[in-house]
Amino acid sequence: MNTQNVPLPAWIEVGLIPILNIVMALFFAGLIMFAIGVNPVEAVEIMLFGAFGYDEAIGYTLYYTTNFIFTGLAVAVAFHASLFNIGGEGQAYIGGLGVGLVFLLLDAYLPPLLLIPIGIAAAGLFGAAWAFIPAWLQAYRGSHIVITTIMFNFIAASLMVYLLVNVLIAPGSMSPETREFDAAAWLPQMHEVFTWFGLSIARTPLNLSLVWALICCLFVWIYIWRTRWGYALRTAGYSESAAIYAGIKPRKVIVSAMCLSGALAGFVAVNEIMGVHHRVLLNFTAGYGFTGIAVSLMGRNHPIGIIFASLLFGVLYQGGAELAFEIPKISREMVVAIQGLIILFSGALALMLRPWVVRLYLLVRPLDSEPST
Amino acid sequence: MSSSGKDTVSQGPGINAGSASSPSQPPLAIELRNISKSFGAVRANSNIDLVVRKGTIHGIVGENGAGKSTLMSILYGFYQADEGDVLINGKRVRISSSRDAIAEGIGMVHQHFMLVENFTVLENVMLGAETHRLLAPGENNAREELLRLATDYGLSVDPDTLVSDLPVGEQQRTEILKALYRHAEILILDEPTGVLTPQEADQLFRVLQALKARGVTVILITHKLREIMDVTDTVSVLRLGQMVAHRNTAQTSMEELAELMVGRKLATASFERVNPTALPPGIEVRDLSYDDRLGVRRLDNVSFHVGRGEIVGIAGVAGNGQSELLEVLSGITPPVSGSFVINGRETSAENPTSPGEMRERKVNHVPEDRLKLGLVKAFTAAESSLLGYHTDAKFSLRGLLRLDSIRKMCERLMKSSDVRPANPRLRSASFSGGNQQKLILARELDKQPEVLLIGQPTRGVDIGAIELIHEKIVAMRDGGCAILLVSVELDEIMTLSDRILVMFEGRIVGSVLARDADKTQLGLMMANAHDVADKQSGLFNDSQAYGSDVSGADQ
Repeated sequence: MNTQNVPLPAWIEVGLIPILNIVMALFFAGLIMFAIGVNPVEAVEIMLFGAFGYDEAIGYTLYYTTNFIFTGLAVAVAFHASLFNIGGEGQAYIGGLGVGLVFLLLDAYLPPLLLIPIGIAAAGLFGAAWAFIPAWLQAYRGSHIVITTIMFNFIAASLMVYLLVNVLIAPGSMSPETREFDAAAWLPQMHEVFTWFGLSIARTPLNLSLVWALICCLFVWIYIWRTRWGYALRTAGYSESAAIYAGIKPRKVIVSAMCLSGALAGFVAVNEIMGVHHRVLLNFTAGYGFTGIAVSLMGRNHPIGIIFASLLFGVLYQGGAELAFEIPKISREMVVAIQGLIILFSGALALMLRPWVVRLYLLVRPLDSEPST
Repeated sequence: MSSSGKDTVSQGPGINAGSASSPSQPPLAIELRNISKSFGAVRANSNIDLVVRKGTIHGIVGENGAGKSTLMSILYGFYQADEGDVLINGKRVRISSSRDAIAEGIGMVHQHFMLVENFTVLENVMLGAETHRLLAPGENNAREELLRLATDYGLSVDPDTLVSDLPVGEQQRTEILKALYRHAEILILDEPTGVLTPQEADQLFRVLQALKARGVTVILITHKLREIMDVTDTVSVLRLGQMVAHRNTAQTSMEELAELMVGRKLATASFERVNPTALPPGIEVRDLSYDDRLGVRRLDNVSFHVGRGEIVGIAGVAGNGQSELLEVLSGITPPVSGSFVINGRETSAENPTSPGEMRERKVNHVPEDRLKLGLVKAFTAAESSLLGYHTDAKFSLRGLLRLDSIRKMCERLMKSSDVRPANPRLRSASFSGGNQQKLILARELDKQPEVLLIGQPTRGVDIGAIELIHEKIVAMRDGGCAILLVSVELDEIMTLSDRILVMFEGRIVGSVLARDADKTQLGLMMANAHDVADKQSGLFNDSQAYGSDVSGADQ
């Protein structure tokens, strides 16, 4: 029986199936732990406690989540235009360069109220510019975007090493980093924000960029589903020929969608550079760009789904770190393996369980439409 | 350009089916007893009985959604019947997959071919039925078998050609060969002629007769009644999931079948013709040429004009430049040379006009390929009804889509054109072909175009809907719209047009006033064999300002 075209209600499609996928992944992760003599239930407890158990844990979890939201949205926007942007990592990295350049120039002269919007704009613009080149090559020269964006990750990495070692390095410094920005350019961290209201929470890297990430989610949702540009983007993504028929120029859609995607990836620098490190340093992107692909896949390319998927990966990062710390038998690599299992089951094998779910669903409630003849 | 299918000039579609009831009745190949199948509340098939004798051609007709495909899917194992029995060669069988169906000797040729485009014919035929672990020995077996089938049934296809290089008619033969290679004794063809030129269709029917002569049982699903009358021995009519009649083809008529299908009497369409002289110009095409991406000349110095308030039909075998003509005139692709003026705006290679600009100039286009161009399958009906107009101030305010007015617009279109189900939230793909077409047509006509380009307005559309679509097109003409109609259905062209132009290999080889048109004459022109006939009958007197309507017919 062909179950592929059987429509399922939204709550099963975007709710039940992803949860089942995670349960499957955790089951296999549990088997691994069992094999090395760790009680899986205890491990899950430690992980969840490490992610949510106390102020500081929550702060770190949400701090990671912020990065995943940005990169997940970046992949999703491109995906709706039928483009696979693998270059989030490089775009985020170059976004950091943008923030660094403007702050190194301006941080002594402008007030925070001006510096912060300029920094955000620089991150977005630089990210967008780094995505623009592969996009242009795809649109006007036919170079495949997957290949070019991957290569642009390497170019970005080499460029940043060169710039940080030779050009932007703080005078007299031993490590390849820029000088620290003036405090005026720092994006307020959450514990500071809370003190403005007389509340006190633990000190964590979590900063106001989480709010910016949520605003971006809203923006992406409106843009994709509620604006004519989003309509054009989806039309071109689904059917290039229908887009041309409708007077939409697919090449422009490719370029604009990739630039928006690159800008969103670039915002990782808002969190990392403006919010946490306050200087540009090597490898601050730490793979968030790549994980964004899994986040977007898991979140079904929808901002709401991406928020939940980002939170899950935030938990895995933070809780996983705690797990490696608490149980010596579980190494950092083991945590990465668990993450890998989750990506495997909810990304690559996302539809593996669907046929069974469809059959179960049809048993409970049969179809209400005839297949078209 | 496809070479085969055009070299043979058909003798007309008439292949006599012979007498339906022979004195000694052959045994039953298929017997369906009381078959029912429901999808939720919808009974797609209810209590269907069907008997098909061995070595006959049996037609199944019915409108879209009547349950034809569901019934055949049950026979081919895609679905299981909720109730009822399937008997093959008198034996009760349970077919729960296409594998079972093949084992029972049932083969199916789908409407949309199931071929690997970048495999050769041989590889496609072998696929899934390799006779050896290594490919080479299996290939030799398959090659021999193909040769035998070719001589036995007249089904010759070069086994080493890539499927993507074959014309559609030969791709279909490959599908038939696939079934025969798997020893099919019952062959189901689902809308086989939808994609074929008239000549290819005739070839197909000859193949079917050859198969029949060798004892193969053929089930032909179609909604083209002419084909039923021409090739089948017996015919069954489905309506709304029920079998409403079984007939011997020799003892029925197209009128009766049409009435049974639709459930009411159909008015025979006949529209008043317009006198095409002295009409204000709508489209003026001058020496238009267009080459495709591979450099093949698709339009070759085409000149003609369409006046406001007339319908000019382009007749021709599919693939002779009609599609390209629509694409160029609608602004999708710029011409290579020459120019055309639509509604006062000149378009040429140096000065192209985009599809968006065309729309602004009240030039609307109902595309030939509705699934690729006319709508987006994944979109809701409301979203598809916005296609081409998303920048319209009525539907977007400072970039934000006005979902409410879009939905209302879609509801209005659905109501005016009787699109069913009239639900704007439904996915475009879940509407039947006829309803998709009605929605697209409604969208384009609603803009009150001054020039209308229409491709294949009723391809795959029910008889009932065809009536409505034709009426709407004629109403547009009467409203003063210049209409260019492209269709591979010659009947349609003759019914609707005021003037008919015939295209052959990218050139316009004939122009006839529709009231003088004669089917044989047009058919000969379409095959470019009309030179002699032309001089004899003198039909080529298009008394128009652009006397070059007839170009290149004479070399």
